[in-house]
Amino acid sequence: MKLVIKNGRVVDPKNGVDAVTSVSIDAGKVVAVGPIPVGFRADREVEASGLIVCPGLVDLSARLREPGFEYKATLESEMAAAVAGGITSLVCLPDTDPVLDEPGLVEMLKHRARNLHQARVYPLGALTRGLKGEWLTEMAELRDAGCIAFGQSDMPLPSTRVLMQAMQYASTFGFSVWLRPQDVHLADGGVAHDGEIATRLGLPPISVCSETVALSNIILMARETGARVHLCRISSAEGTAMIRAARRQGLPITCDIAVNHIHLSEMDIGYFDSNCHLVPPLRALSDREGLRAGLLDGTIDAICSDHAPVDEDAKLLPFAEAEAGAVGLELLLPLVLKWATEMNIPLPTALAKITSEPARILSLNSAHLSTGALADLCIFDPEQYWTVAASELKSQGKNTPFLGMELQGKVKYTVVDGNIVHEG
Amino acid sequence: MSSNPQLSTNGQLQHLLTTEGLPAPILLNILDTAESFVGVTERDVKKVPLLRGKSIFNLFFEPSTRTRTTFEIAAKRLSADVVNLNIAASSQSKGETLLDTVNNLSAMHADMFVVRHAQSGAAHLIARHVRPEIHVINAGDGRHAHPTQGLLDVFTIRRYKPDFRALRVAIVGDILHSRVARSQIHALTTLGVPEVRVIAPKTLLPAKVERLGVHVYHNMAKGLKDVDVLMMLRLQNERMLSARLPSTEEYFKYYGLTQEKLSLARQDAIVLHPGPMNRGVEIDSTVADGGQSVILPQVTFGIAVRMAVMSILAGN
Repeated sequence: MKLVIKNGRVVDPKNGVDAVTSVSIDAGKVVAVGPIPVGFRADREVEASGLIVCPGLVDLSARLREPGFEYKATLESEMAAAVAGGITSLVCLPDTDPVLDEPGLVEMLKHRARNLHQARVYPLGALTRGLKGEWLTEMAELRDAGCIAFGQSDMPLPSTRVLMQAMQYASTFGFSVWLRPQDVHLADGGVAHDGEIATRLGLPPISVCSETVALSNIILMARETGARVHLCRISSAEGTAMIRAARRQGLPITCDIAVNHIHLSEMDIGYFDSNCHLVPPLRALSDREGLRAGLLDGTIDAICSDHAPVDEDAKLLPFAEAEAGAVGLELLLPLVLKWATEMNIPLPTALAKITSEPARILSLNSAHLSTGALADLCIFDPEQYWTVAASELKSQGKNTPFLGMELQGKVKYTVVDGNIVHEG
Repeated sequence: MSSNPQLSTNGQLQHLLTTEGLPAPILLNILDTAESFVGVTERDVKKVPLLRGKSIFNLFFEPSTRTRTTFEIAAKRLSADVVNLNIAASSQSKGETLLDTVNNLSAMHADMFVVRHAQSGAAHLIARHVRPEIHVINAGDGRHAHPTQGLLDVFTIRRYKPDFRALRVAIVGDILHSRVARSQIHALTTLGVPEVRVIAPKTLLPAKVERLGVHVYHNMAKGLKDVDVLMMLRLQNERMLSARLPSTEEYFKYYGLTQEKLSLARQDAIVLHPGPMNRGVEIDSTVADGGQSVILPQVTFGIAVRMAVMSILAGN
């Protein structure tokens, strides 16, 4: 199919493009950004004046809940949610049932996702079998089956010996290890940041120390093993400072943050709002400021949705018993735009955090609009307001702290492989 | 942020979930109403017909004898029908969720739920989901709140020390895990007590506790100096297992209330304890049974305070 997107403001962070022009697409590839090539006859023209045309979003953390948790969400529902949010590539986590620790499971998942013809799915393989933190998985086999990297999701890896060896083994093959730093003992039983709100509400606390102690181990082991490490969903200002220092020493460490943590803090828990029961916990306002500073100076490379659909019953429980997590696929873009507006951040800089930067972490040759690039695009109206309502969300999960709030920025078209897969 | 879930749109008490965030006039109204019920509990015929025909369900998701009994007595003295449900042992083990249980009981035309649950926020959750004509009283949720206990403590204090604005109060012990301490602190600060102290080792204090408006002490001798009221907290044995304390003996030596330590407070200081007491752990028997102890009056006043809360809620 030949597609032309006309008169939009084309923002391509990687190539430094920010201009009102057209994008011509043929056979799943970008043919031209600029004047429509002479003789190019489009099968379809999209009028994009007033809209932003950017590379499709790349999300580093989404739980699709298949296999095993179809009562929370299905591949079908979540892939529809992804493209409705302008996401054209996503990393899904291995915490399914069964866990993504066998090549057959990974192949099956990739196959099923491919058949839906929506976003591209890049499975994160389990670092240890069953995510139990004991035996290593067959990482090389899993890589051949389609895993992009290896991690523990939110499952603990209490043995520093296993962690060190997992990093050594992964680095043998040049695989990167994705870790969310949290010391299992210090965080044990905790559900909220160890601060004023947890004290007032009597919620078992998770200290910042549980993040920084684990970070310190990981940084030291990264130096020792030379493993490439991606740190997932950093939550504290102090953790951000440690990562900044480690990167200054030249360690091959990258880092992301969940989009909710750019905006929210412990204060948002209010009267036990279980939609604010997140992992890692929402921390103090000073942490949020530290995270925002880390995003601006590049310590934190990318922003992910940390999408976690949870069924309604599992949230209708006392805060600590309620299942953690929030949906984010359809909120990632508007929440990043909100951050950019509030902090006066240029649009290309903000969009880089959800396009070119995560693609760089994944070593993907996508999320840019060079001639010949994969035609994965997101076309959105930056002005349009919409209210986050359960009925508006395509995701099977309706759990988000932003429920009922009005956000700005609505995806109008999502293009994957040169095909329009979503029209809003 | 939603509005105060305890108050109705016209500012009246709809539920009693915590002492935090309630205006002082509402707290004082409860104390004054309780004062009128003290007389009832001392009469031969200990019953008033205020809640006749009302059904009160005691929902105890966590075992408790004392608190449940005092709520039951209070409800009966108001002539209400009382149903006691020990849910830990019934439907929860069959997989029924908290809200399922509550909805089923609502369908039986309950007027009021008295809820005890091991998780902080359970009473808030129930209050948010019951029909608007049903009132919820929190009888203790996790580490969060135990408002009727906090209120009966300030009621007891007022009986002996009528001017809240002239008091120095110390709360001693396991603040970290204590819903009682949190409810005491908020009630005391709301009623204008100028100085509330907490005294405990660092392992038993929650983060940023000073943000609740208290002064932190780790040393009993310093913390008890010139104090008018001492509120002791129960120490659970789990604290040793979780490595927060080495032994009950060392705890008693440094934080247990003995006559000797009590003498550091003001001469006319009173001693409270929410019970059940661990004699020889947080409090010495000579103090518990001594002239400055008001621990038994607390129990008596507890019934009047709970009657007050129930009758005020039923009238709103």
